[in-house]
Amino acid sequence: MNQAIQQRDGYSQLAMDLLAKAKASGATEADIIIADGETFSVQVRLGAVDRLTKAREKHLGLRVFVGKRSASTSTSDFSADSLSQLVAETCILAKAVVEDPVSGLPAADQMAGERPDLDLYDSTRLNTEQQIDLAKRVEAAAMSSDERVTNSEGGDFDSSSGRVVLANSHGFLGEYQSSSFSMAASPVATDPETGAMQRDSWYAVQRKFAKLDSPEAVGLEAARRTVRKLGARKVATQRAPVIFDAEMAGSLMGNLCSAVSGYSLYKGASFLAGQLDKPLAPEYVTVYDDGRVVGGLGSRPFDGEGLPTRKTTVVERGVLKSYLLDTYSGRKLGMASTGNASRSVGENPSVGPTNFYLAPGTKTAQEIIKTVKQGLYVTDLIGFGINMVTGDYSRGAAGFWIEGGELAYPVEEITIAGNLKEMFAGIEMIGNDLVFRGRIASPTIKIGEMTIAGS
Amino acid sequence: MGELVQLTSFGLTEGEVLGALGRVKVRDVDYADLYFESCVSESVSMEESLVKRATKSVSQGVGVRATAGEKTGFAYSDELTKKDLELAADTARYIANSPSGAQAVSVPVRQRPTRDLYPVERAQAEVATADRVSLLNAIDAEARRYDPRIKNVMASFNTEYKVVVVATSDGTLIGDVQPLSRLQVTCIAEENGQRQAGSFGGGGRVGFEFYHEGDRHLRFAREAAREAILNLSAVDAPAGVMPVVLGGGWPGILLHEAIGHGLEADFNRKKTSAFSNLLGKRVASDICTIVDDGTLPGRRGSLNMDDEGTPTGRTVLIENGILRGYITDKLNARLMGIPLTGNGRRESYQSVVLPRMTNTFMLAGTSDPEEIIRSVDRGLYAVSFGGGQVDITNGKFVFSASEAYLIEGGKITRPVKGATLIGSGPEILTKVSMVGHDLKLDEGIGTCGKEGQSVPVGVGLPTIRIDEITVGGTQR
Repeated sequence: MNQAIQQRDGYSQLAMDLLAKAKASGATEADIIIADGETFSVQVRLGAVDRLTKAREKHLGLRVFVGKRSASTSTSDFSADSLSQLVAETCILAKAVVEDPVSGLPAADQMAGERPDLDLYDSTRLNTEQQIDLAKRVEAAAMSSDERVTNSEGGDFDSSSGRVVLANSHGFLGEYQSSSFSMAASPVATDPETGAMQRDSWYAVQRKFAKLDSPEAVGLEAARRTVRKLGARKVATQRAPVIFDAEMAGSLMGNLCSAVSGYSLYKGASFLAGQLDKPLAPEYVTVYDDGRVVGGLGSRPFDGEGLPTRKTTVVERGVLKSYLLDTYSGRKLGMASTGNASRSVGENPSVGPTNFYLAPGTKTAQEIIKTVKQGLYVTDLIGFGINMVTGDYSRGAAGFWIEGGELAYPVEEITIAGNLKEMFAGIEMIGNDLVFRGRIASPTIKIGEMTIAGS
Repeated sequence: MGELVQLTSFGLTEGEVLGALGRVKVRDVDYADLYFESCVSESVSMEESLVKRATKSVSQGVGVRATAGEKTGFAYSDELTKKDLELAADTARYIANSPSGAQAVSVPVRQRPTRDLYPVERAQAEVATADRVSLLNAIDAEARRYDPRIKNVMASFNTEYKVVVVATSDGTLIGDVQPLSRLQVTCIAEENGQRQAGSFGGGGRVGFEFYHEGDRHLRFAREAAREAILNLSAVDAPAGVMPVVLGGGWPGILLHEAIGHGLEADFNRKKTSAFSNLLGKRVASDICTIVDDGTLPGRRGSLNMDDEGTPTGRTVLIENGILRGYITDKLNARLMGIPLTGNGRRESYQSVVLPRMTNTFMLAGTSDPEEIIRSVDRGLYAVSFGGGQVDITNGKFVFSASEAYLIEGGKITRPVKGATLIGSGPEILTKVSMVGHDLKLDEGIGTCGKEGQSVPVGVGLPTIRIDEITVGGTQR
């Protein structure tokens, strides 16, 4: 504990020293992000430890402005000589690029003042044996629940904790700690008649260890999702309603999130450029990005530039109300930052979601399936067939064919295609099953009609 | 012999490295290795005709691994002191449940790999920022000159300079210097309020002069602009099963997804691959021979040695349609009792070694490419692709066309919008009925993801005809 505080204060001091050095090297403004953490990961397979990984890591990212010119650098080498050299090189690099009229730190009076405790950190420390045991249990639950589960890609348990320190030349100095615990099972099932194999997986992830589902529950769900795919076949090419299960609906929200990113928009690389305040979807569609959900997997008290995070209504009753912006992309579009600056060390600053989600409706997934006479229930999507400039969408899919409101049989080796704009406009129903398993989440979604390509 | 030259850049002596290796290679450990890596990445990027972003990233660390039976213990550290090495060694050998106690390991010293596939001097790899800036400015001008409908040009030039040292308990101490660079161009075209994008890029383990050879950088700019303009007039793609002709080069991503991943030894050892138990069986038509070759000079997927210090090689995966071999690393080759192919790769010192592809391609056949197109009455001709993905276990794979045309009555007619193609790995190559004599390797843009690790790879393909595959467009 004492050592941790010492090191933390050490990082604050280090950040301020480097900011001073940057100023001395000609920087007019600068910011620094320092992240460090510990990770532990274990994978068991067929009951024995397959892989065990343990590490501590640290990174420092520096961004300097020399007037309207800017450069970013990063390093994992914190030795004094190396850091001095980094500061000097960053300033030289900045002087080599052209002036960009809108570049610069956020305004000093915009920096996050209050820093709410969002309860992102759990001090629980599990020993190696405990974590191996959890990984064994999640796999065993998947393997023992159905005799058609014949093999396994493993059971996993991961834990990590870390800390972020951010400082800039306005005098901002912020810090927060966070942790994460997750487990997963990836069973393989074999069709007793044909010998054909299927795999699937299920997982749980939380900031607090105590909030994780039991390994038995996760393993059982993994087995259920795997076994139900056995006997999958193609369906004929046709147009039909498509229901995205909550996980796959989350991928559609991910597509929406990319399309409202300020960087895509000002470059004209998003199909939603120029669509602000225009209808995007039916009036029962509302989408939020909320950086202040207590304990949220995407929550943080301030963003990658030190601006306060907040709750942004992205789509309100079907109308596109806000983009996701940092200072730079906001200035390019003539708008204020939404507190969505994302700084992965070593990369240019960009925009990222916090907790991005579609507000739930009232129907259960079962009730939504019941409304479809002939159609597709999608549980898997693969590939990258999305053109963000036009919204054209074409991806590999697997799931279940719906006949008379019931899941009739599993399907695979088909594609679903359409255009994201038409798909959002075509949302007919929204489920009540919103669960966060990451930064982006959605309940079940029913889309009126898409093209399914099969046999 | 003196100290290994690359080791000095980590501030370590061979004695310290061997000491740590001895500490991890305890009695019940079958194999142990240390992987030291130092990597400098630099990037400049341009948009709106302004080169306004420059980044540089430095990372350095060591990965320590021990394997015992099927078990792997792994630790990594970004500190390279004796104490950090010992801590990592103790963590890695935890899986062996063995008492501590250093074992003497004797390691022959080898200064360099026996060949150099990418003799790029450091000076060539460390390109002055001003030269990078003028490269991108020339690209911007060329793309805009190509057509006034080009409204934005986004280009980036990335370089990486990696120094690695591998010390293994089976007697290797070897270093390599691995340069890598890539130039990427994306153009946005606009007409009547409609926008489209086109992309092109390339690179390899090459020096900066590569991009100016024959004005390669300007060709990349024109290709990206051409694709964006072409897609402005593209019609909706068809949906359903039809014959597809793939052009040469980058469409070889088909091989990477459809069969390459399924032939990586880890999935086959665990028997979770759709290709498990198919060795010696027919998985392609007899005109298909497919190899993985990490020894091609300067290629993006090439390596003098893999990340376990094994020289890379040329592995025949499929010979005249028959499955001949898997892609292996040391762990899987040992456990399966099959040949070591030099395909043990890792993204960085922070990642474990996995069997991965290098450059994967189909050998040339005898058909005339034009004759292949003439043979199709109604189908698709696809010449450029975005990404692809595969489900190893059921074998279903996808790859998404970004430039494609309809073939009608044996002739290429209209361009169609991007569409995803889906098929089954063990079946798709049995439907290859014609293979062109025009084998081409890609320009050097591929990055392969597996278990969250990205590594550079290459692909290649002659023009081929696939008699039927499902095309995921929107038109019946």
